[in-house]
Amino acid sequence: MKRLEALLVHVALVAACAFAVYPLLWVVTLALSPHGPGTEARILPLATAPSLGNFRAVLGIGTAEGVWLFLGQLANSLVVSLATALVAILVATPAAYALARFRFVGARSGLRALLATQMFPAVASAVPLYLLLDALHLLDSRTGLVLVYASTAVPFAIFQLRGAFLAIPVDIEEAAMVDGATRARAFWLVVLPAARPALAVTALFAFMSAWNEFILAATLLSRKSAYTLPVVIQSYVQEQSTAWGPFAAGAILVSAPVMALFYLAQRQLVSGLTQGGVKG
Amino acid sequence: MARALVLAWAFALLLLAAPASADEAIVLWHSYRGGEERALEELARAYEKEHPGLTIDVLAVPFEAYASKLEAAIPRAHGPDLFIQAHQWIGPYLDEHLVAPIGDALPDEDVAAFDAASVRAVTWEGVRYAVPLANKSLALYVNDALLPETPPSIEALAALAGSLPKGVYPLAYRATNSYYHAPFLHAFGGRLLDERGSFAFFGGEAAASLVFARDLMRRGAVPLEPSGALAKELFAEGRAAAAIDGPWLAPELGERASVHYRVEPLPPAVTGGPPMQPLLTVEAAFVSPSGASRREVRALARWLGGREAGVVRALVGQQVVARADVWLDPRLAGEERLRAFAVAASRAVPMPATVSMQAAWEPANQAIQKVLNADADPELALAEAKRRFDDATRPLPPPASPLPLMLLFGLGLAALAVVAVRKSLDGGFRAEVKRSLPAYGYVTHAVVVVLLLVVFPLAAGALTSLFAGTRDDPRYVGLANYLAILTARGGPLLAHGSFYLTLAVTVLWTVANVTLHVAIGVSLGVLLSGALGRMRAVYRVVLILPWAVPSYVTALAWKGMFHRQLGAVNALLKLVDAPPVSWFSHFATAFAANVATNVWLGFPFMMVVTLGALTSIPKDVLEAAEVDGATRWQRFRLVTLPLLGPVLLPAVVLGSVWTFNMFNVVFLVSGGEPDGTTDILVSEAYRWAFTRDKQYGYAAAYAVLIFLLLAMVSRAFGQRRPTNSEELA
Repeated sequence: MKRLEALLVHVALVAACAFAVYPLLWVVTLALSPHGPGTEARILPLATAPSLGNFRAVLGIGTAEGVWLFLGQLANSLVVSLATALVAILVATPAAYALARFRFVGARSGLRALLATQMFPAVASAVPLYLLLDALHLLDSRTGLVLVYASTAVPFAIFQLRGAFLAIPVDIEEAAMVDGATRARAFWLVVLPAARPALAVTALFAFMSAWNEFILAATLLSRKSAYTLPVVIQSYVQEQSTAWGPFAAGAILVSAPVMALFYLAQRQLVSGLTQGGVKG
Repeated sequence: MARALVLAWAFALLLLAAPASADEAIVLWHSYRGGEERALEELARAYEKEHPGLTIDVLAVPFEAYASKLEAAIPRAHGPDLFIQAHQWIGPYLDEHLVAPIGDALPDEDVAAFDAASVRAVTWEGVRYAVPLANKSLALYVNDALLPETPPSIEALAALAGSLPKGVYPLAYRATNSYYHAPFLHAFGGRLLDERGSFAFFGGEAAASLVFARDLMRRGAVPLEPSGALAKELFAEGRAAAAIDGPWLAPELGERASVHYRVEPLPPAVTGGPPMQPLLTVEAAFVSPSGASRREVRALARWLGGREAGVVRALVGQQVVARADVWLDPRLAGEERLRAFAVAASRAVPMPATVSMQAAWEPANQAIQKVLNADADPELALAEAKRRFDDATRPLPPPASPLPLMLLFGLGLAALAVVAVRKSLDGGFRAEVKRSLPAYGYVTHAVVVVLLLVVFPLAAGALTSLFAGTRDDPRYVGLANYLAILTARGGPLLAHGSFYLTLAVTVLWTVANVTLHVAIGVSLGVLLSGALGRMRAVYRVVLILPWAVPSYVTALAWKGMFHRQLGAVNALLKLVDAPPVSWFSHFATAFAANVATNVWLGFPFMMVVTLGALTSIPKDVLEAAEVDGATRWQRFRLVTLPLLGPVLLPAVVLGSVWTFNMFNVVFLVSGGEPDGTTDILVSEAYRWAFTRDKQYGYAAAYAVLIFLLLAMVSRAFGQRRPTNSEELA
């Protein structure tokens, strides 16, 4: 009975994996095809004459600027996304902790207002954000882009982390405070380590939101060397024609670091699991 | 610690490093790629060599962001000196003061060297605004092997359907797109806009052109669901004897050895009839107002349009150069196809450069689609398109007095002040604030960040909803935008595209997605947290993949999977002998395609949140339940789920809000098809802002209404279930 159950779980997960991977295999097929998708509908996503030409094109191998431009743009993407994650965590963690643990005047209405901001379609604030960065002389800079991305990452991080702090039993920090630690020390030494998995996941979310964004990046950045990778990839889409091969190859190149990052974050998750994390 | 500091410093330096470009540089923006981009770069370097001391900063901007970037940057003096754009933007750009007369970059003595139609295209009310660079118009690509002789008309070409090899279409083109339909329309004596810029795509001629196109499709002369990709693939693989397309197709065919082809100007639609004139787009070098005042910028614009540069643009960029004298150059002797495009362009009709042109595409496309899908009678579909165009371009509401609003605002402020004073006099409240002080230490910086980066921009955005007109010349109209939306612009409340109908679709969309996200995400999260041995890591990484790859690529891959002829979904259906489905021709199937894509994109998020939340569930509780004899399902329902709830709640609430506003998937997958019915509120708002006459105020009013709706719902939700969500809502 137990074994049948385990088998069923594996079957379900394999089916889910197939669903998850199937469309991606089409992206891989496009990336490996030197020409278009062909005229026949196929079930198996296999490139008929696979070549790495599209990847070479995206990486800039054989062009005047060469691969260095791509590496520079990769560095831009990394710096901007890491900074966004860092800012989100730094700004959101104490606020989320206070919202989870303290009762204070304005907490409820503040939280409500924060949720309300998420209900506004982002399109509405693009122009005002541009004006704001202009006033701060931060247009066309990575710092400016980080600020813009933080505007979506911080509210989300506050919600996410507040939920995580609420789930951590109050006893553990009270125990630390009984032992003579200040509230701040208890927060730093007891609560934060217990919330590590949630911090990792939140940072990952913030990183991802910045990593894949291109419209704002393309609007705010005005130097090729300052572009982030999604901007570069998006340039394969034109009004009347799209270069599917390089577009797909670029998407795969862009997502490779994210997969690596998830692999690392997963170990955080696992450690949270195996440690038993926070026992009541 | 020291190492961390050094790292932090290095990081900060990287962030701040922004090498300033030289003051005297000429900034040139374009949205080219491939050969055209190479040609432009090459020309810029050559010009720099000729003019020592001068630098040209060439920037390629992705097409998708190009128009909005120009609009944002030029008025604030962060834009280019020189930019390349299609001529039909002159009208809109003049309204927003983004362009200036080109002056001595296109003097009278140069005019004769250019194609006459191109010069007319860049002239507006007698003033020339740009130097024409390239002409783009549709022409006929003919497969040499299949059609050694070009049939005298499209009708004759279609008649070959029986005599061509099996599975070969006589013609492939994007029949459902009005840019591609325009040559047919012109051949039947119709046009898209009249001289005053109003919609003219209706009446007998227009209907006749649609009937002609529909017959082509019914007879099997043209493939069904003819996307650009399908037309290209069919022609490239020799499965279409001819294709109607622009010069942009040639570079993509050039890499394939399999097809030998020639290019010819479009033949008449019916033998002996008038020629099919395509629309002409002239890509031209514009000067921004700041660039216009610099002599060296104008000189560069003139040089770029000149003969020598034209030869490079033709040879390297394969551009259909808008100068007659370039074609006399012996270096271009072998460029037969380019010459054919030049001839085709000389017979073309310049695309109207009015603001209203932008608003005409959407209703025109919808009408064509409906007729070709045989969903509507041509006359009726066109009359409806005309109504939609008139509705989108109707005059601005009259200016209103800002007095009532200011009074209201003042009263609000006064009320706030009264409350503040009374509260500050209240001893209990003062004590409470005092007790709150330590907490404020934790939240102050977050409050500052959120106010500055989130609240102020949103408030400013919301304020634009009280205005109408261009950004340069806004007009305060009070609540007129809201009134228009809420009264469905005077039409029936549940009419096509009305706020209420779109709202219903949006609610359906949100409920369907969030339910599936949570169901799939939580199930997988719980399954993954069980004992799976070594496979756990594999599953976890694979299941996260949909989220790792940028959605703007995967959403398009999904759209491809739902294509009638090329798509894998129909191929799978064929396995079980189901007939092929035209996914985007019916609301239910198009909606299902959107939901499938968005569920695929979104379930990993819920799964990861669930996994994170599960780590916070104490193991001993579960163990205790197991000892007490609870079954696995009971443990899940009675222990895990109640404990997961509060942790998942913020993700579910936010997920719902985001799905409500999930613009990307709808836009990329169905694009609102069929007939705009799968559009949700946000994509409606987007259309008002960007494709229908640039009604930013109107779009902002949509955004505010979306906000109010969501705020109301979350409040009601919070009051109904006070235990879990009271603090959130």
